[in-house]
Amino acid sequence: MHELSIAQSVVAAVCERAGERRVHSVRLRIGALTAVVPDAMQFCFGLAVEGTVAEGARLSIEQRPGTVRCRACGAETDVTDLMLLCPCGSADVAVTAGRELQIVSMEVG
Amino acid sequence: MCATCGCGRSDDHPHPHGHPHDHDPVTETISLEQKVLAKNDAIAAEVRDRLAHRGIVAVNLMSSPGSGKTTLLERTIRDLDGKRPVAVVEGDQETPLDAERIRRTGCPVVQVNTGAGCHLDAAMMRDAVAKLDPPPGTLLFVENVGNLICPALFDLGERAKVVVISVTEGADKPLKYPHMFAVADLVLVNKVDLLPYVDFDLDACRRHVSVVNAGARVLALSATRGDNVDAWYEWLTAPAIS
Repeated sequence: MHELSIAQSVVAAVCERAGERRVHSVRLRIGALTAVVPDAMQFCFGLAVEGTVAEGARLSIEQRPGTVRCRACGAETDVTDLMLLCPCGSADVAVTAGRELQIVSMEVG
Repeated sequence: MCATCGCGRSDDHPHPHGHPHDHDPVTETISLEQKVLAKNDAIAAEVRDRLAHRGIVAVNLMSSPGSGKTTLLERTIRDLDGKRPVAVVEGDQETPLDAERIRRTGCPVVQVNTGAGCHLDAAMMRDAVAKLDPPPGTLLFVENVGNLICPALFDLGERAKVVVISVTEGADKPLKYPHMFAVADLVLVNKVDLLPYVDFDLDACRRHVSVVNAGARVLALSATRGDNVDAWYEWLTAPAIS
């Protein structure tokens, strides 16, 4: 359940930035190729905010699709899992999107 | 803003009228655009610098429970005895059992118990390295918590990640747990001495590793019988690692 420690990292980062102010919402960006499950993040975020200035804050998650660029044929292809294959058959691909795991913004007041 | 009187907050200034109406809280959106694991990554970078400065090479061993990581370490420590200083960081949810096994080989070891945690993180690694204080040139093995999922996400400041799988687990593990195999620099297939007794297709396993990680090297060995362990020791001394 690594989402719990990831949620704790998110809460620690936003609380540090918020200072004394209350955190009303947090926006995350999660790529499809990270091992982070949005539902599990929601659940763990609800636990991690307890007793902090972010208690009760809403979590919104922006999901990003995964894409790879083939080093053999140059094509850019969407992928939904880590079986990183180009339709041309080559496995020599570079991930160009989908590994994002970022705190986009937060609403304080 | 108060739609009745136009002020931002009821206590901004004295009001000639009362405030029977409610004020919505004034909020501000702050753009952060920072990596969630920024703090872990910063500590890992600090650990990596400190180790590199002293010529210490850290190798992060990850696998499911029971693949033979501790047995492999016991043999590696014995076989490298006198050739190079070796130290171990042992990660487990509970008990000092693995650290005791390593200690019996005479190797310096620190046990990290993560409790409910399912992986080691960079702060645990930093504290363990401070406690061990390995001499320059040490080969520092980190035995991560037995888990094929969570440890993949957390940089510890290691030089290389090694994933251990054993022939009793099934050749399809790389496809079932792609995140772990995707981050591996080396995949060790352990317990090959048991191949005559189990249905494990080594070639299929190699193919499955290459599907999720085209750059990973695969070595098949037996930590108990010693098959092919020299290839593992050779890999540990390769310029890319040392």
